[in-house]
Parts: sequence; structure tokens; C-alpha cells
Amino acid sequence: MNRVFAVTVNNHSGVLNRITGLFLRRGFNIQSITVGATETDGISRMTIVLNVDDERDTEQVVKQLHKQIDVLKVQDITEAPIVARELVLIRVNSPLTTRSELTTLIGPFRASIIDVSRDSVTIQAVGSPEKVEALIFLLQPYGIKELARTGVTAVLRANDAAELSRSSRNYVLSI
Amino acid sequence: MTTVLQREGQDGVTKNLVHPKPISGAQMLVEALRQENVEYIFGYPGGAVLPIYDALYECGIRHILPRHEQGAIHAAEGYARVTGRTGVVIGTSGPGATNLVTGLADAMMDSLPLVVITGQVGTQVLGTDAFQEASIVGITMPVTKHNYQVRNVADLPQVIKEAFHIANSGRPGPVLIDIPKDITQTEGLFDYSQPVKIPGYQPTVVPNRLQIRKVASAIRAAKRPVILAGAGVLHAKANEELLRLVNQTQIPLAHTLLGLGGLPGSHPLFLGMAGMHGTVAANTALYEADLLINIGARFDDRVTGNLAHFAKQAIVVHIDIDPAEIGKNVPTDIPVVGDAGEALRMLLAENLVVTEAADWRESLDKLKQDYPLWYVDTPDELKPQKLIELISEVTKGEAIVVTDVGQHQMWAAQFYGFDRPHRFVTSGGLGTMGFGLPAAIGAQLGRMDSTVIALLGDGGFQMTLQELALLVEYRLPVKVVIVNNGSLGMVRQWQELFFGKRYSESLLRSGPDFIKLAEAYGIRGHRVHSYEEAKDVLSREVQYDGPVLIDCRVTPEENVYPMVPTGKGLHEMVGVKP
Repeated sequence: MNRVFAVTVNNHSGVLNRITGLFLRRGFNIQSITVGATETDGISRMTIVLNVDDERDTEQVVKQLHKQIDVLKVQDITEAPIVARELVLIRVNSPLTTRSELTTLIGPFRASIIDVSRDSVTIQAVGSPEKVEALIFLLQPYGIKELARTGVTAVLRANDAAELSRSSRNYVLSI
Repeated sequence: MTTVLQREGQDGVTKNLVHPKPISGAQMLVEALRQENVEYIFGYPGGAVLPIYDALYECGIRHILPRHEQGAIHAAEGYARVTGRTGVVIGTSGPGATNLVTGLADAMMDSLPLVVITGQVGTQVLGTDAFQEASIVGITMPVTKHNYQVRNVADLPQVIKEAFHIANSGRPGPVLIDIPKDITQTEGLFDYSQPVKIPGYQPTVVPNRLQIRKVASAIRAAKRPVILAGAGVLHAKANEELLRLVNQTQIPLAHTLLGLGGLPGSHPLFLGMAGMHGTVAANTALYEADLLINIGARFDDRVTGNLAHFAKQAIVVHIDIDPAEIGKNVPTDIPVVGDAGEALRMLLAENLVVTEAADWRESLDKLKQDYPLWYVDTPDELKPQKLIELISEVTKGEAIVVTDVGQHQMWAAQFYGFDRPHRFVTSGGLGTMGFGLPAAIGAQLGRMDSTVIALLGDGGFQMTLQELALLVEYRLPVKVVIVNNGSLGMVRQWQELFFGKRYSESLLRSGPDFIKLAEAYGIRGHRVHSYEEAKDVLSREVQYDGPVLIDCRVTPEENVYPMVPTGKGLHEMVGVKP
């Protein structure tokens, strides 16, 4: 199943290479990975979605990531209350006849059309991976010409952040 | 300018922690190595490290020049293995650096502390496929504990300090520092006074007391306990604590290959080595135990055999300084993260008594008596196993035995009888042929007062034999013993047993005359064909204070037994004494 890991790392050159190299040699398949700066200078945060089979693999992922000297903190936030979002850009066939239909269709997704040409439109949507999947499914019949997803990025919900932060550290240290 | 901070080095010489004037990156490196009390540098010069070698010229640290960079790094491993100190290696950019990769992987697998410096092309041409450029940081990421590329000379002192700290703390391992040539020529201020602070690296040394108590109660309740002790015990220099625990609780003990010497080989509760070529007693104990206490071993597949059958009835305790090892291969009931020495001392403080497992001890002891390691001795041949016993006899079991990889390595593990720690140097995890001779050189440099036996197969010897030159150049009295069976014995054995005796490329039909080869290097050589000849030559030459090469023509088709075939459990051994 897919699991979501939040990894805090030093923003050194090569750190992404260390992490992806680790997954390569331990045989873990990356579904998506997003990296960006955090509120602290010199520290980046990665949100990694991995396909792992079981608890033991999950534990190995956490431990192996932790072993990296440039990794400061690892949290498996799959089951934690999180806000997870990804952004998708979809260029879809849209002759004039279907254009208004499309506009109606994407309305409930709070997606928007950000670029228009004579025979296509580009739609932008932000949401949970499930929502993005649903939108893609609905747009498929029109003919998707190009699609780009950012992958998931996530943070803990405010009330639970401190609690999980404590317990996840314990999880790593107690073993 | 800052005030000059000083500290007393191990040699009693006061050292400047901060230099008042700017110095070049190369001089910084040398200064940092002095601060770290480095005895030896194992290195090979080249274009990108010329400024470093200029700074090393007459710097007072002894430099050992092998004939290939691989020789440098294996020598540093041998040195690190017998002394516990960090081995230091220097190589140039490109091929110099890539020639170090095997040694890095070897040190990573066997947890040996190394700091490896590689030269790199100048920062202005970095990434342009410049002459002798290789992205060694990218190449070595999977085979180093950590690595650095220094882009700013001001960072250099702290990077070196961190590298030494990381290499020889927690679970030891190799750390590589890649230094572009222009950085070694740029001047900057040398400041070695700052403490090492690495937020992402804080190994747990002292175990959780609660976990130790759980181990203690498991020991009290156990009916069939066994200890499996690995190299972690030796890295922690905790062999005495291990002996005390075994004596106090009377729990039988098996060693991994790299753990040998932790508990004296002659101890009545020592079951032997476990695993693929382990003893019946050790493997049966692991298979049938109700409590398995792993101290500083990583449940390598050569130790466990088929995991589906491994220690299925046991409560598994795993004491390891590297949390990632725990639960990696074998599900663990009581994990203990920490240094093996700390864990053992805390366990000893639990006032454990003799375990109620007299029947168990008795049955294992019977297995030990009934199924000892064995071979059929034929008087007209030199049996390799008997040769190892002979070497043990003439060195009173006290030599440092450095092996290569293959059959002779297993026979050394089985038949030498290591009573003391840090006496067995071998490539365990990576199984690197060509390791033996250079590692013996490093071991001898680390322990000039000990007899060092380089026990090599004729295959592995020919992978790094050019390092013979060092025995003469540095006056190293290493005794090179070649267990010569004219083949790649372990490959040949597997082909015999599992590939229908189709000996595909495993026979070394022609080779140099090793005696003449030794003589060409200025080393005296002997060839022996029988036990009597071997005994005569070895007992004389072991007293000699110079290097010797002894080409021992052993039974070519001898196999290593007993054996757990791949895919089988530890209870499915073949080649057991009838």
C-alpha cells in the first residue's frame, strides 16, 4: 500500500540523491516525492509516497532514512491526521462544442482553466490524490493531451502536530 | 586575530587548534591529520593530490605507498581492524578514486572506521568530464557511511573533524572526503577548536534500561538459551564482559565469522562458528533455542541460512548499535539499541545466575563431542585443514591471521582456534578476494610486535600480489602462507556439488612460480608438499624477523564441510562427521 513519509533534511547538494539512492538499493518504489524549503533556513522537507508491503518494510524505510546523516527527522504520517494536497495541470481536447460542458464538469472540483487555445484548454486543480484521480477519470473521455502532477505534499493538522511529533520520535528511539 | 588554542596530543606534543595565519587547504589537511594523531597514511599520489603530497613531504606522518590504490584501502582496513583506530587513505581523482570503491564497500559491510581523502579536479572544471574526473561522491554514496565534497576551503577543517567523528563512533564505517585541487591550494584560516555538532547523527550508545531488564527476565526464564556474538562485541572491546556474562549465566555461545575471538575458542561453552560452514553444535543451538541473544551481529544470510527455518522457537533478543539492523532480517522480540559493551555491563549488573538449562548444555556439549569439525587425513598429502592446525600450533594460537576469501578463509575460521580478540582479520560481508595481502600489511603496521600470517588462496593472492613489494620496503615480517590448490576452491566446490562437476573457469592451470616471484621481490620463498615439510619450514620461519612466502601445495579437491546448502535451514547440514 502507499504510505506517506515526511522527512526533514539538511538542504545540502546531493541529499535528494542520497534518499533516492537509498530507496533504489533497498528496493522501495517511489510513487511520488516533493521537496521544498521549510520555515527554517538550510532545512528542507520532503514528502515521499512509497509503495510498501508491510509493517516491517515501513519500519526499515524509517530506520534507513534515519541512518542518513543529512536526515534530521522521519515521520510516517500515513495514519496521522494530515492535510495532503497535490496540484495537477491537465491539457484536454476542447473544441468549442464541449467547452461549456467542461467548465460545468470541473466546477465541483474547484478547478480552473488557466490557459485556452483553439482546440484545447489547460485545467489546474489542487486537492487530495483521490480528488485528482477523480478529475482525471472524468476528463479522460474528452482526450487528455498532456498531464503533469506535482505529487503529494502534506502537513499534520494543527492540533495533532505536537502529539505525533513526540510519539513518532519515540517510535524511532525505543527500538 | 584569534588567540591560539592548544591541546596536548597523544605523543605529548602540543598542537595548535587554531592557526594564527592562513594556510593552504593541503596544509590544513595535514594539520587536521596531526590533530587526529594519525600514525599512517595509506595513499597513492596523482595529479589532483599533488598539492596534498607536497604538504605531506617531510610532515612527520608516515606514508605507506602501495602499488595499487586497492592495496592502500585494504591495508587501512587491516590496520583499523587490529587497532580499532581510524585508517586513513588518500587517492587521486578519477581512477585513483574508483580504485578505492571495493575497499569502501568492504569497510562499509564489515563496519571498519576509515577516512578516505580523494583528490578531485578543480572547481572551475567540475562536471565538464575533465581529465581524471569521476563523480566519486555520487559513486560512493551507497558504500560509505557518509561522504563530502568540499567546495569552500573554510569548511575543510570542520569537515575532516566530522569525518573522523562519524567514521569511528556509533556503528563504525568509511567516510569519504572529496577535495577539488584548487581547494587544496586556496588559503584559509585553520580552526580545529569547534566541537562536532551533527544534528542528524546522534547514535544511541547507552541502551534503554527497561529493555535490558526484559533481556534479563528472558534469560531467567529460558530453558534453551544461546548467545550469538558478532563483530559488535569486538568493536566495543567488550570481550571480557562477554566472558563474564557467559561464565555467570552458563549460556552456550556461537560466534559469527567476524566475531571469532570474542569468547576464547577453548572455552567449554563455545559452540563454534555458526552458519554456512559452522559447527553442528552452533547451528543446532540456533535452530532449537528458546532464547536467542544476538550481540552485535547482523543476522547475515550466511549465518541464518533459510530464514523460514531460523530460530523459529526462540524469543529473539537483538543488541545492536545500529537500529536499522534490528528487525531487518529476523523479527525481533526484545530490541536493544546501544553499544555492545554498555549493554553487557548493564546486563551484568542485573545479577543473573546460572540458567536452568543443564540438559540443554549437556546435549549441546554432546553434539560438540560427537560432531566436531573434521577432515580425512591422508599421510601423503598436505591437507589444508591440518595446515591451519599446524600454523596455530607453531604460532601458539597467538598470531594475527589475515585471510583472503574462499575455502582457506573458512578453514582458518574453523581450525585456527582464536583464543584472543582482534586476531582474525578477514573480509566477511563483501567477501573481497585480494583483501588478504594488503590487509596483512596494515595489520602488521598496526601491531609490529605480533606475528602476522597472511593466509591466502592462490586465486586471491594473484589479485593483489604486487603489494609484496611493501614487505621489503617497510621491513614487515609478514609470513605469507599460500594455500595453493591450483583453483578457485570455493567456486570449484560449488560447481562440484551444485553444478554437476562442470568446472567452468575455476581452475588456475598456469601461474607464476611463487618462489621465484617472491625472490624477485627480495623475499625468501619455500615450497612444501607434505605435512612434514610444512612443519619443518613453518616452525623455523615463524621465528624469522623478515618476510617469508611459503607456497603450500594442498590437496586440490578438498571441500569445506560441514555445509548448509543455500536455501536450506541450519538444521539441514551436509558433510557432517559420520
